[in-house]
Amino acid sequence: MATPQAVIDTSELDQLRIPLRTQLWRLVRKQPLGAAGAFIVIIMSLAAIFANVITSYNPVANDLASMLQSPEANHWMGTDEFGRDILTRVIYGARTALSIGLTAAFLGATGGLVLGVASAYFGGIFDLITQRIVDVLMAFPLIIMALAVVATLGPGAQNVIIAITIPFIPTCARVVRSSALAIREIPYVDAARALGFSHARIILRHMVPNVMAPYLIMLSTFVGQAILLEAVLSYLGMGVQDPTPAWGLMLKGGAEEFLESAPWVSIFPGLAISFAVFGFNLFGDAMRDVLDPKMRRD
Amino acid sequence: MKRFISRIAATTAVSLVFGVTGIGSALAVEKGGILNFVVAGETPSYDAHRETTYAAVHPYAPFYSVLIRVNPKNPQSPTDIVCDLCKGKWKVADEGKTYTFKIRDDVKFHDGTPLTAKDIVATFNKIIFPPEGVPSARKTFFKMVESVSAPDDYTVVFKLKFPSGAFLPAVAAPYNYVYSKKDLDTHGYNWHTDHINGTGPFIFVQHQPGAFVEGKKNPNYHHKGQPYLDGFKAIIAKKMSVRIQAIRGNRAAIEFRGFPPKARDDLVAALGDKVTVQESDWNCVLIATPNHKRKPFDDARVRRALSLGMDRWGGSAYLSRIAIVKTVGGVVFPNHPLAANKQELQQLAGYWPDLEKSRAEAKKLLAEAGASNLTVDYNNRDVDQPYKVVSTWLIDQWTKIGVTTKQTVRPTPAFYATLRKSHEYDVSIDFNCQSIVNPIADVSKYLCGAGNNYSQCEDPKLGEMYDNLLRTGDVKGQRAIIRQYERRALDEQAHEIITLWWYKINPHRSYVKGWKIAPSHYLNQQLDNVWLDKKLM
Repeated sequence: MATPQAVIDTSELDQLRIPLRTQLWRLVRKQPLGAAGAFIVIIMSLAAIFANVITSYNPVANDLASMLQSPEANHWMGTDEFGRDILTRVIYGARTALSIGLTAAFLGATGGLVLGVASAYFGGIFDLITQRIVDVLMAFPLIIMALAVVATLGPGAQNVIIAITIPFIPTCARVVRSSALAIREIPYVDAARALGFSHARIILRHMVPNVMAPYLIMLSTFVGQAILLEAVLSYLGMGVQDPTPAWGLMLKGGAEEFLESAPWVSIFPGLAISFAVFGFNLFGDAMRDVLDPKMRRD
Repeated sequence: MKRFISRIAATTAVSLVFGVTGIGSALAVEKGGILNFVVAGETPSYDAHRETTYAAVHPYAPFYSVLIRVNPKNPQSPTDIVCDLCKGKWKVADEGKTYTFKIRDDVKFHDGTPLTAKDIVATFNKIIFPPEGVPSARKTFFKMVESVSAPDDYTVVFKLKFPSGAFLPAVAAPYNYVYSKKDLDTHGYNWHTDHINGTGPFIFVQHQPGAFVEGKKNPNYHHKGQPYLDGFKAIIAKKMSVRIQAIRGNRAAIEFRGFPPKARDDLVAALGDKVTVQESDWNCVLIATPNHKRKPFDDARVRRALSLGMDRWGGSAYLSRIAIVKTVGGVVFPNHPLAANKQELQQLAGYWPDLEKSRAEAKKLLAEAGASNLTVDYNNRDVDQPYKVVSTWLIDQWTKIGVTTKQTVRPTPAFYATLRKSHEYDVSIDFNCQSIVNPIADVSKYLCGAGNNYSQCEDPKLGEMYDNLLRTGDVKGQRAIIRQYERRALDEQAHEIITLWWYKINPHRSYVKGWKIAPSHYLNQQLDNVWLDKKLM
């Protein structure tokens, strides 16, 4: 006997499916600032990836005959005191900022995720000790902590990443832990335990996916903060080293001596830092609105 | 723009003329007023005998006197040395091996103790023959001194092992503050690191760390009628922008170390004739020091290649627009009779007129040494002028011969610790800054084994050349030996790699009178001849 087959007509569903372009347009209308942030992030990422295609100038080679030229056709943002094209250095600076910012933010947020979930899951004395260490680390302002780390380890891109990562870990751990505590009490976690699943499996399969929203929000916020911190450390001479193109370093080189006679030397890297941090912050806020159920409007 | 350039030119020209001819000093001196000046750094201690930084001089030299000094009215001359605590002219006997100084009998320390020859003997014994564990930064300058004694209360006698033209400039160094024997005997040799008791034109009032140092007029100063000021305040401002703005806003009248050309241009553009600019070649040279204990920098070919890769002549033209460096030179202060002229310089590796040939030779040497893809671990100091600016240029120059540089910029204490103690670098920036232009002493920097040579090189032949130099009396002979020494140190062995000599630019408020620029930022800082023209304030 033939089993009757359920015939589903998907044409109606197809009609209900909203095209991607429309979805994006709705998102832009709902989150205009977030969209602006995303636009900046995308532009910055493209600039960082395709830096050597976008500009033909070498970001580190001196051209002393062209030193301190004001913005003009050949050098849209002018040149610095060594004749280097500022636009080129700003574009390559995006590469430095993003590579350090994304790495530090990812490592910091992920470290915080692991620590926060583990702290909530195991509870007891482990949670107590972990949270007191987190308290101590969070007592230091971000910049002070980063300065202390880089002062101990020395300057350089690698050490800057470590210096920025360390203060991010407790911040993310604290936020993630609060979400994970609620999840720990949900019956399916008890059920998994009763079935004899390992701690690692319970944490990774059942708890971590449920705290991804705060994790992603923290991650996006951290990128902006990391870019700013990298710029601050470089400005203070404790970050990446010359002649590497880095916005903070460019600001340091030009701001003091040439603010009056050649303001473009400091204005453009300053603007780049502002836009990047602004963009990532807007993007992070929008992500929070989208991912956090409490913040959703509908 | 033309108007602006001519304005700077006029201001500088006027000041240079005034500086050279001394016309400024012919004006009627006005007494009174407080001189505010800015200083970038703070000294680790007040004891200038052990310190090498100008920060131990600018705020503190006014509290002290020295036995002899460069003539404050003519500080550009390295030979115009006059008495400060001595009187008349010193006597030279025993074929240049005995110097006798008569000491003034009207000098009192600020605590009221009269100064005698015993104080001067105690001071120079501390400087020349310090006890074990007591640092003395310039004791090697006195290698020729056998003894210092006081046959009576107002006579000091220096006995030398051999006659030397380097002796008087060494004694006249501005760091040789005369201390009271009573203080040294009572409190020990470390007391002056944090206490001040001198015989200088100003009496110490207070030091607020990180903020300022204050002094007031010494009414019993031995140069009668001086000082002209009622006091001074040395304002400590680490950031150059703050120091420039302090002068611009008239919170300070002068900075004695030196500003880069752009700062001068900005101040002149903003203040016009309210600012006067004094400029001079500077007895400071910026050096790249290879670490001879690290491979492949133990190979003279590699060191020579690094020197050959640099376009000093071209660099001078451009860097002098943005940095406090200018003059291309060898081991001796440029334009000194003992210095190499341009033709002689152009015989040395790295100074050749044909840059392409020079760089081709550099690449060839690197290839021969098996270091074609050389990466240099470069130690730099976190001070813009001139260290970081010149290093950025230097790193770019080396890329042109295929050398990659990994730079580490360190704060001053860490930089010195790396340069002097840990030696964890392939090449480090270094400098040779001296006070009185005294080539025979100044070139000792390039001696392997000299206290201030950090290259860890070994070269007995260079040492022999220097010993011959010390014992040679006539200028022609000295000049010939220095040329050989220079060729060995900078070319054949390239123990050190000279970049450019510094150039001193001092824009200051025009109401500051009586101060004349010297070829060193250590010189002429007692401020006893400085006065303020109140009409211009």
